[in-house]
Amino acid sequence: MDFLYTFFAIIIVATVTGLIRSAPFLVFGGKKELPNYVQYLGYALPPAIMVILVVYCLRNIEISAFPFGLAEIISVVLIIIIQTTKKNTFLSILIGTTIYMVLIRTVFPV
Amino acid sequence: MEERRFALKRIVPITFAYLFVGIAFGVMMSEAGYSPIWSLFAGIFIYAGSMQIVMVPLLVAGAPLYIIGIMTFLINARHLFYGIGFVEKFRKMGKKYPYMVLTLTDEVYSILCLNDYPDDVNEQKTDFYIALFCHLLWIFSCILGALIGEFIPFDMKGIEFSATAFFLVVCVNQWETYKTKIPAITGLMCAVVFLIILGPEKFLLPALSVSLFILILLKNKINLFIQKEGA
Repeated sequence: MDFLYTFFAIIIVATVTGLIRSAPFLVFGGKKELPNYVQYLGYALPPAIMVILVVYCLRNIEISAFPFGLAEIISVVLIIIIQTTKKNTFLSILIGTTIYMVLIRTVFPV
Repeated sequence: MEERRFALKRIVPITFAYLFVGIAFGVMMSEAGYSPIWSLFAGIFIYAGSMQIVMVPLLVAGAPLYIIGIMTFLINARHLFYGIGFVEKFRKMGKKYPYMVLTLTDEVYSILCLNDYPDDVNEQKTDFYIALFCHLLWIFSCILGALIGEFIPFDMKGIEFSATAFFLVVCVNQWETYKTKIPAITGLMCAVVFLIILGPEKFLLPALSVSLFILILLKNKINLFIQKEGA
């Protein structure tokens, strides 16, 4: 394997990723007073992003054929129920992930 | 509570996901014949889980550098949207400002979105420790995978779901703290609609962009709720 090629490949991935992460700060960070709508989006955008991120994590489930994404759906519903009732992040994740890992090994093998 | 302890407590939920994905990356690199130094190097400077995983077969195939650059953009473009909410906060952090910007991963973003702190900790210090500890954990996971990954006897398949679980928990918390449900519903509708129309590989950026656009259009309506919440 070529040392320089590997080195530059990693540098490029790191640089592009860094530029993407910096973009909003490069555009807005230098301004004295943040535009009104940026402050507004700082409040309104996170719930939309988080929901989309969850869908992104689940994007590859196949609902038209066995196992119909059931392992994911059951775990997701369970997590929502536990988090709304117990309000314990650690418990929700622990139970949700454990159930998921059990389901994909037993009832809905992938 | 002290900032460092509180930050450690905050990163517990994402620990398994980072360990799993980082180890997976390290194992792939080792199996492809790369020295653990490369895994360390990638973990420190790239610090983006899915992209690091995608990078390995590209490296092995000797893909042209510009292709690697384009792939990186396509896979990580969602991060364009993360900073918007943190411009105000991060730019007040002085020397730590660039570090906070460059380490804003999916997981760090979602932890910072929890946005509730005990009265006796300094918010900015806590955020810095959260970013730092997550980064160190990630570097540790990559190098661990590269060194001893193939000897790990447990079948960890499915453990990556813990990241999804954490993101979902953040959603539930936001759903309960936000008086207006419009942002969450907008995101969900856009995600589902574009997932159905464009499929799993292409829906993400349209969903994020259209959500952003809709939320800008609904500014006046949502601002009424902000005033009520005093946020």
